Amino acid sequence: MTVEFAIFLGLAAVAIAAAIAMLVSRNAVYSALFLVIVFLTIAVLFLLLSAPFIAMVQVAVYAGAIMVLFIFVIMLLGTENVESEPGHRWQFAAALVLSYSLIIAFLIVALVLPVEPAEEFAAVKQGFGSPASVGTLLFNEYLIPFEVTSLLLLAAMVGAIVLTRWERTI
Amino acid sequence: MTHILILSGVLFTLGAMGVLIRRNAIVMFMSVELMLNAANLAFVGFARSREVLGGQVFVFFVIAVAAAEVAVGLALIVSIYRNRSSIDVDRVSDLRG
Repeated sequence: MTVEFAIFLGLAAVAIAAAIAMLVSRNAVYSALFLVIVFLTIAVLFLLLSAPFIAMVQVAVYAGAIMVLFIFVIMLLGTENVESEPGHRWQFAAALVLSYSLIIAFLIVALVLPVEPAEEFAAVKQGFGSPASVGTLLFNEYLIPFEVTSLLLLAAMVGAIVLTRWERTI
Repeated sequence: MTHILILSGVLFTLGAMGVLIRRNAIVMFMSVELMLNAANLAFVGFARSREVLGGQVFVFFVIAVAAAEVAVGLALIVSIYRNRSSIDVDRVSDLRG
């Protein structure tokens, strides 16, 4: 067992434990903080998978901006624990059945079907996943999708402002 | 590669389960983010094993779309709360036939 695999196992355990804690905690603020832990462990996993630029984007956008937005809305609305009744029983049973079948399907795909690449990764060339290489690809091959993304963000900004205006109720 | 796919699948399943069993709209929304992140993990894993950078660029796009989605979604939740004084999704079932 290599050092990288040991690190992976530790991070995976932390991520899964934090995800489960996010699901079961009754207070939405705790859920948000557990989700931050999941995002940070996934960022470290990105570093292990030689994607430093994506790891930094993950920390800045997900663990930073998006979670600040979540916590801001939770505290603004004051809806930390709104779930008074536990919901319908059949919903919980259906969720268990569906999620178990989903995980079994994933395991079939991951274990039974032959995965072509070897378990151990070959060494990547220098600069794989660095900001320079990702940026070069982004501004040459993926230039049009990149510009469309900026348009999408503008549309989302306008949409958020229109939805939360005081004057008119939707 | 296989263990990364397994972790991605487990996280995705936990997110799907969160959407199904929780009734708090914000927590359901956070579960959707968890599912997006699980998919991102699989993308980066494949980019690493195939040594193709396109997977990482795609993760970049997914993160940008997720940011836009969170902005609009949380605006919707704020708007619903303002009209209903509740974000329990069971109380926002007017479209049920």
